[in-house]
Parts: sequence; C-alpha cells; structure tokens
Amino acid sequence: MPTLTMLDTALDVDAEGFLQNPEQWNESLAAEIARENGIPELTERHWMVVRYMRDRYLTTGAAPSIRSLGKESGVDIKELYKLFPKGPAKLAAKIGGIPKPKGCI
Amino acid sequence: MTRITILGAGTAGTTIANRLARRFSRELRAFTTTITLIDQDNEHLYQPGLLFLPFGIYTPDQVVRPRDQQLLPGIEYIQQPIDRVEADRDVVVLSDGRTISHDVLIVATGTRVLPEETEGMTGQGWRTKVFDFYTLEGATALRDALAAFEGGRLVINVVDMPIKCPVAPLEFAFLADWYFTKRGIRDKVDITYVTPLDDAFTKPTCNQELAHLFRDKHIRLEREFNTGTVDAANGRLVAYDERELPFDLLVAVPLHGGAEYVGRSKGLGDDLGFVLTDPHTLQAECKPNIFALGDATNLPASKAGSVAHFQAELLEENVARYLVGKPLKPDFDGHSNCFIETGFHQALLIDFNYETEPLSGTFPLPVVGPLRLLKESRLNHLGKLAFRWVYWHMLLPGHDIPLVSPRMTMRGKRPTRSASAPTAG
Repeated sequence: MPTLTMLDTALDVDAEGFLQNPEQWNESLAAEIARENGIPELTERHWMVVRYMRDRYLTTGAAPSIRSLGKESGVDIKELYKLFPKGPAKLAAKIGGIPKPKGCI
Repeated sequence: MTRITILGAGTAGTTIANRLARRFSRELRAFTTTITLIDQDNEHLYQPGLLFLPFGIYTPDQVVRPRDQQLLPGIEYIQQPIDRVEADRDVVVLSDGRTISHDVLIVATGTRVLPEETEGMTGQGWRTKVFDFYTLEGATALRDALAAFEGGRLVINVVDMPIKCPVAPLEFAFLADWYFTKRGIRDKVDITYVTPLDDAFTKPTCNQELAHLFRDKHIRLEREFNTGTVDAANGRLVAYDERELPFDLLVAVPLHGGAEYVGRSKGLGDDLGFVLTDPHTLQAECKPNIFALGDATNLPASKAGSVAHFQAELLEENVARYLVGKPLKPDFDGHSNCFIETGFHQALLIDFNYETEPLSGTFPLPVVGPLRLLKESRLNHLGKLAFRWVYWHMLLPGHDIPLVSPRMTMRGKRPTRSASAPTAG
C-alpha cells in the first residue's frame, strides 16, 4: 500500500490519495487535503458535509451517495457542487479521511 | 411450536422457504414447525429474462409463473401486502390489519425501482421516450419502442448505485449493438452508456480486461455522470454538475430502494429501505431473530440471484442453529457468479466475492472448465440461456447446484498480483 507523508505523518493511502485508515485523520490534515484539491479554505458548510460523510462511513461502513448526501447532510446538491466542484461525494470522502466511495457491485 | 415467517416470494424467499421446508420436513408434518411465506401478488417473475424481453428473445408469458406453485408442500402462502414489521413484538402486520407472529423472521422482499426519485423521469415521455427495463411493464413497453426505433441517439443511463444485477445495463448496451446490427440499422444508431461510476464495470479487473468491448462495439462511455434531471421534451439528460447529454430514446436504470414497508418498520432498514444486515451471518442488526436475504440486504455484494442462492445455503444452516441456540456460522463471503451477455451469441462469466476481484481461468473445474472466466465464449452464452431451466428446477426448489459451492473457491482461477487486494465492495 502506498504511503504519503503529510504534516509530518506517514499515511496509508490508495493510488488516488484516499486515506485507507480513517483513524490516521485529523482536522488539520483535512484542511491540508482540501488545499491540495483546490479548496483553499474549509467553511462551516464544507465541514457539515465532511463530518456527515465521515460519520456515515464510521457508523455504517459505507459512504453515502451524492443523492443521500443531498438529502441528509443539510446541504442540497446544487450547493454541494459549489462547495466541492466536480465530485462532491468523492472529494468530501477524501477530505474526511475515508476510503474512496465505491458503487457496490 | 416454531413459527418461521418469510417476507417476499421472489428468488431469495422462495429458495429459502423450500430449503427450510426440506430441512424441517418432519417438524412440518408433525405441526411443530410452520413456515409462512408472504407476498403481495402471485406472479413470480424470472428477472434475468427482463434483459432479453426488450429484444424479443423472450415473451412476457415465458418469464412469469405463479408464486405459490414454486413451493414445496407444507409451506403456507399468504397473498397480502405488508404494512410493517414490529420487531419488538415479533409480529408482521399486513395491510388488511392481520398480524402474523414469528419466532424467526426472514426478510427477502428485494428491491424496487424508484423512477419518481429522479426529477422529470416519470413526467412527459415516460414509457414513450424514457423507459426502464427492470419491471415487466417497462421491458414490454421498451420492446415496442425498440422495434419502432429507426435510428438516433440511444442513451443507457445508470442513475445511482446500488442496483440489481449491476452488469445488466452493460449487457443491455451490448445486446442493443447486436440487435440494431441484425436489423441493418446499426450505423444509424448512436449508443452511449452513462454511469455515475468512474468506469463501466464496478470491478477494476473487469475494466482492465473488458474495456475492448466498448471499443469493438462502438459504444460511447460517459463516466462519473450523476443524473439530476430527465428533460424528455427536449431529449436531454442533465447531470448535477450541469453536463448535458442529448437522447432520442432513454433506457434508464432508476434509483433502487428496498420494499416500502421496510421504511415503516422501526430499526429495520437504512435510508433507502435496505435491511441492515451482518455481512457474514446474514442476521439483521435490529434483532437476533430477524435475518435478511438477497437483494433486500444493505450488503456490498451483488444484488443478484446467484448471491441469493449462495446466501440461502448458509442461511438455512444459520436458522437451524439459531433455533437450537448454537452460534451462527459467519460463512457468507460475498460470493457472486454472473454471466454477462455480450451479444452475437457470446457471453462472459465472472466469479468473485467481497475480497477477490473477478479473475480469468476456467469454471467450475480447473483446465477443463467447461466455462471460461472473463473471456467471451459461445458456451457461456448457452450457459446463460440454460440457466432459465436451472432457475425453475434447481434454484427455486432449493437444490444445491453441482460443483458450485456457496463460498467462492480459487479452483481454476489464475490469480493476479493486485487481484486479492481487499476492496470496499
């Protein structure tokens, strides 16, 4: 498994830089990942989505799809795309330090 | 008296009912055990047939049989919609107000499509220009539309995951290529496959091995497209990120959810109505005497008949263990086995589980096969067609299928370096 050093910590990541061990994550790391992915600053709205994403993964073992994110996170889909351009579910997962969401086969 | 109630008389429910009836045949005859199966209608649909129906390969009467006639003697069949499960009282409440008490409950009510969840999908153009093929009505209407189609843009659109039989939309695209070639108008039809995933297949090895199919068949692939709106009047499919795709005929695979009553049953399901289930024992999270089987679960295994079949072998054992207070076997490994029709009388076969990606090789036996994994062959296609017989005569009656074990085996498979890396499902 590739490792990535960020903020002086060695992290287990996949080929696209998604953390493989959610326990290696912390909030300053989240801000750093966000910056590297084109989000200079995480606002309270970003955090709402990132926290929801992470909680759902940690409690159910699966990250929510963009649809349930829009329904349940408190931020609608239009705004999700403004906050996390291109792929809100993927980007929020990356910033939240959880593995890349997969459409289950 | 031991009362076993099974909700849903589809592939999973019928199979487990028959397996349990055989296992407890003596107890059923002595009236010390009852098995009750509940469904809202009496039409058992051979769902793999829905793929072939739009292309005129099967007719509607070839894919439907009465549910109650698939059951072994001794199983009680109740035809009535379900209102809710009350787990704390150990009862199922039916829509006519009757309550059915149980000692063990098995939820096997599968999934349903929710086209109304996508803006515009069921509006103007529904089933004239916009179709699903995951229902008998949709597949039949689509058959007529395909027959009348003289050219233009055909878009096949997977709205969201998870879906039932994740390879079916791909097979639909491959068969459409074959169908329009056969009709002599393939050059007038532009086929685009649209997926919310980052590639066509849900498994990386399939994408590596099978990318050529899209090139060979001239099917366009649109990735990471999260469908927001269907605008049938203007023939546009619009994504949340504002990408637009024009269509003349849209074949959508709508969002899937579990049965409606799951949402009315406290603690049973997730936000889409899939039952929260232990991935290895199949016990529901909400109560130890509730189990879930087949498409109805929230597990990261394929929603496919083969999975229901493999799970049923294990669940039969676990229900028997639960009833005598023995620990449950944590043996379900996510095993799935799917034929993939590729058109022109060819098909692929894939075999995988939670941890192992589909590999190449032979199946079910090493070297001799006779079926080949991850490669197109005519024998695989014949295997897929023969499966209809296997379904009614072996799978539903709850017989084991010779040489195919419920847990995936590496027998005949050629491992690759990356293939055994665990995936999130």
